[in-house]
Amino acid sequence: MIVPLEHVILLSLALFSIGVFGVLFRRNAITIFMSIELMLNAVNLALVGFSRYYDSVDGQVFVFLVMTLAAAEVAVGLAIIIALYRNRQTVNIDEINLLKN
Amino acid sequence: MIENYFPIFIVFIVAAGFTFVSLIMTHILGPRITNPVKLMPYESGVDPLAETRIRFSIRFFIIALLFIIFDIEIIFLYPWAVVFKDFLSFGSFIFFEMVIFLAILVFGYVYVWRNGALDWE
Amino acid sequence: MDLSQYFTSSDIAGITPEIILTLTALVVLTLEMARVFRPGIILLVAASGLVLAGTALVQGGNDDKILFGGMLYLNTFSMFFDFLYLFVGLLTLIFSQGYLEKMGSETRGEYPALILFAVIGMMLMTRANDLVMVFLGLELLSLSLYVLVGFLRHNLLSNESGLKYLLLGAFATGFFLFGAALTFGATGTTNFSGIASAIAAGTVLSEIYLYLGIGFLLIGFAFKVALAPFHMWSPDVYQGAPTTVTGFLCTAPKAAGFGAMLKVFMIAFPEAFPEWQDIFWVLAVLTMTVGNISALVQSNVKRMLAFSSVSHAGYLVMGILVKDIAGVSAVLFYLIVYSAMNLGAFAIISLAEKDEQSLTFKQFRGLASQNPLLSGALAIFMVSLAGFPPTAGFIAKYGLFSAAIAKGYIWLVVIAVLNTVVSFYYYFRIIVNMYMRDEKVGLQPSTGLLTAGILALLIAIVFILGITPGYLLEITVDVATAVS
Repeated sequence: MIVPLEHVILLSLALFSIGVFGVLFRRNAITIFMSIELMLNAVNLALVGFSRYYDSVDGQVFVFLVMTLAAAEVAVGLAIIIALYRNRQTVNIDEINLLKN
Repeated sequence: MIENYFPIFIVFIVAAGFTFVSLIMTHILGPRITNPVKLMPYESGVDPLAETRIRFSIRFFIIALLFIIFDIEIIFLYPWAVVFKDFLSFGSFIFFEMVIFLAILVFGYVYVWRNGALDWE
Repeated sequence: MDLSQYFTSSDIAGITPEIILTLTALVVLTLEMARVFRPGIILLVAASGLVLAGTALVQGGNDDKILFGGMLYLNTFSMFFDFLYLFVGLLTLIFSQGYLEKMGSETRGEYPALILFAVIGMMLMTRANDLVMVFLGLELLSLSLYVLVGFLRHNLLSNESGLKYLLLGAFATGFFLFGAALTFGATGTTNFSGIASAIAAGTVLSEIYLYLGIGFLLIGFAFKVALAPFHMWSPDVYQGAPTTVTGFLCTAPKAAGFGAMLKVFMIAFPEAFPEWQDIFWVLAVLTMTVGNISALVQSNVKRMLAFSSVSHAGYLVMGILVKDIAGVSAVLFYLIVYSAMNLGAFAIISLAEKDEQSLTFKQFRGLASQNPLLSGALAIFMVSLAGFPPTAGFIAKYGLFSAAIAKGYIWLVVIAVLNTVVSFYYYFRIIVNMYMRDEKVGLQPSTGLLTAGILALLIAIVFILGITPGYLLEITVDVATAVS
């Protein structure tokens, strides 16, 4: 392996952390969604890195499944966001606060 | 055990630190000389024609959604095609497996179609 | 490479229940497309699919089977959970009859189809013998639930809870996946037994990857089964979702989450477990305390039940912490009893609800004079949730606490008992409200014969398991032996 495994994993961890920070600090539902996609892609990167290290395809198959899931999640998520936008005219999660005690 | 996590905390701190430091530094160091040309949105040197914030019809999103779903399933066809010949010697199950997979996808397509998600009106 | 070991006919035979459920879901969607059938028929088809899957499950027998090259592992443990999901799914379908119309949504065939898909996902979760399969099952379940929670498209609350559930659920999925990836990286495999043998043999690539992986997996699970401090989504989601969906959401998926968690931590990480005991201890105490304290101050009944379900999850974590046969069997028993009580309670609330509102305690005033039978039923479920003899709730709690004491977790049990005492307040608050006299009665619940019969069955379960728990206890001990 030309690129050491540690570098791949550190990059993946950094991407994952950025995604987590994005989810925690962003207020726009779409941006939060993009941050979650970043987290999933960090996972994919780690999986491919490990897969290459072990010289097995198990991890790469896992990546396919993660990608499919990401697409399905985006589809369901955007559908819910569209439904919400039609009723509320906003995707800012600070304004989406009807549910409380 | 807990000291094993030390590198991870470093990564979190570096990730957070890099973001904040670069944001703050650009804020402090960046010269603030503005003129109308500089404030214009950059579009490869061409003068912008109109507002970029136009409202798309909701139809675009629905078509995009459907496209993503059906498009991504293709990734399962590639590895299948690669090993198809090897597996064929163990019977035709591999063929029917993909037929079943595609049949379920086609079912979804018909469902979407029938429920009017593909009508532009 | 020998490829013939994959996809034999016994593999296909092993997943017959899933195949039946998938076909039923497709038939239901076809009926929806054809638009010629009454909603009752669609529900009937879906229900018969669940029954058929149950028969196939019985036919398959309960001997241990490894399917698809180690992807699925069928034994009495998975079978126990399969029956629980099928039962909860069936009851949810029956209780949902007419509910969506009442809430102002047009009847859609998607509703039963999504319940069926969720059941398939849960079955895969507890049948899994591989992190990849757990992930696929979890996501099939979660995606169905996101849509079900936001099913009332024109209802703002339902929309909002759908969005919140989706964002936090997807966030949790990210953690779960990263944990799975790091575990794969540390051990070189995603198979449970492969992971366990790699850890036992000490051939782990790096301890950091392994512990980080387990930690992230735990965070992912904690989100999905709503353990404090990862429970923030649950009150909002439970309140906004259609009530029948809430009943489903807080029973079967929670059982599936705990089942998969048990399997992952007992089969894949038994060696690494001692180091995680303290974390489980803290999680259990936090979850039950936060759940109970927050439930005290709620005015909305669905929110109160959401926090109550958080606190019940805390008790269940005790069972995982104990980890021996007594502990696991207590968890299994608790899950059955808990599902029966919560399904019943939410079914009655869904009957009492009028169009687009969710009920507060005050609105239950005078219900007892209006509809004594239904209020009596709700009171029985509340008493059982609080854990009073002779109901099943008492036996379930007693089993968990005694298993924990036997392992020496005295302080944990003391905290749990104190929490149970605190919980009496909010469970009895609703009973007191129901039996209070009020001239203007707001709620006018009406019950169909079938729903009433099922509620009677659930009450019977609560009492029978409360008085003679022996039969089910034998089964749970038997099942617990299969994983320990």
